[in-house]
Amino acid sequence: MNETANETLSVTVEREFPHPPGKVWRALTQPHLIEEWLMKNDFKPAVGHRFNLRGEWGGVLDCEVLAMEPEKSLSYNWNFTHEDAAYDLRSVVVFTLTPTSGGTHLRMEQSGFRPDQKQAYGGAKVGWRDFLTKLEEVLARAG
Amino acid sequence: MAEPQDILFRTLADPTRRAIFERLCREGEQTVVALTARAGVSQPAVSKHLGILKQAGLVHDRHEGRQTHYSAEPRALAPLTDWTNQLTGFWERRFDDLENLITRMDR
Repeated sequence: MNETANETLSVTVEREFPHPPGKVWRALTQPHLIEEWLMKNDFKPAVGHRFNLRGEWGGVLDCEVLAMEPEKSLSYNWNFTHEDAAYDLRSVVVFTLTPTSGGTHLRMEQSGFRPDQKQAYGGAKVGWRDFLTKLEEVLARAG
Repeated sequence: MAEPQDILFRTLADPTRRAIFERLCREGEQTVVALTARAGVSQPAVSKHLGILKQAGLVHDRHEGRQTHYSAEPRALAPLTDWTNQLTGFWERRFDDLENLITRMDR
């Protein structure tokens, strides 16, 4: 790992679904459907709409719809405010739908993590303890 | 089946064990006797903790005469600390649920 101070990190997950883009789009944009696969939410498909994603662990993510093109792409902020800068997260999630012969190819890219963030979660000597503490809290709440 | 990170988490959830592991990370290889001197618990207790840490792959032991020297294996923390993998795993599981949902939407 030798990224510079300003470099961001990203994670990409892709999958092909044997269903038309319209159906995948509904699952990404209708609140009751979003809740079934992601988290509880008050999402609305409108650029500029601010909403929260509420995890089962009690964490609340602050989000804002940044851009959308029906059945093609959707992006929103995925921010987690924490008083400890190491856990404070500012990121953007982008979903891209591409029609294929068999259905829909869905790509999710989450980007924008600061290197110090990575340190908190990552392999740094100081970071792993914080990460464990957080895991401990998460597991305790999960019962 | 317990995932590697579950085992690591359980192993390091104990404060005494975590302290022993941290000392080995910070100060390098040490004997049970040296570790016991500052652990605040008995030597058998320290040995037991070291055994659990060893099972989790977090420490390595080296026998020399009548002494056993322990050293940390920080690489064993990789399942916990590989942050990118953590997040990728999160999204893969969400996509599993999404796939499941979309299939149900058919009916």
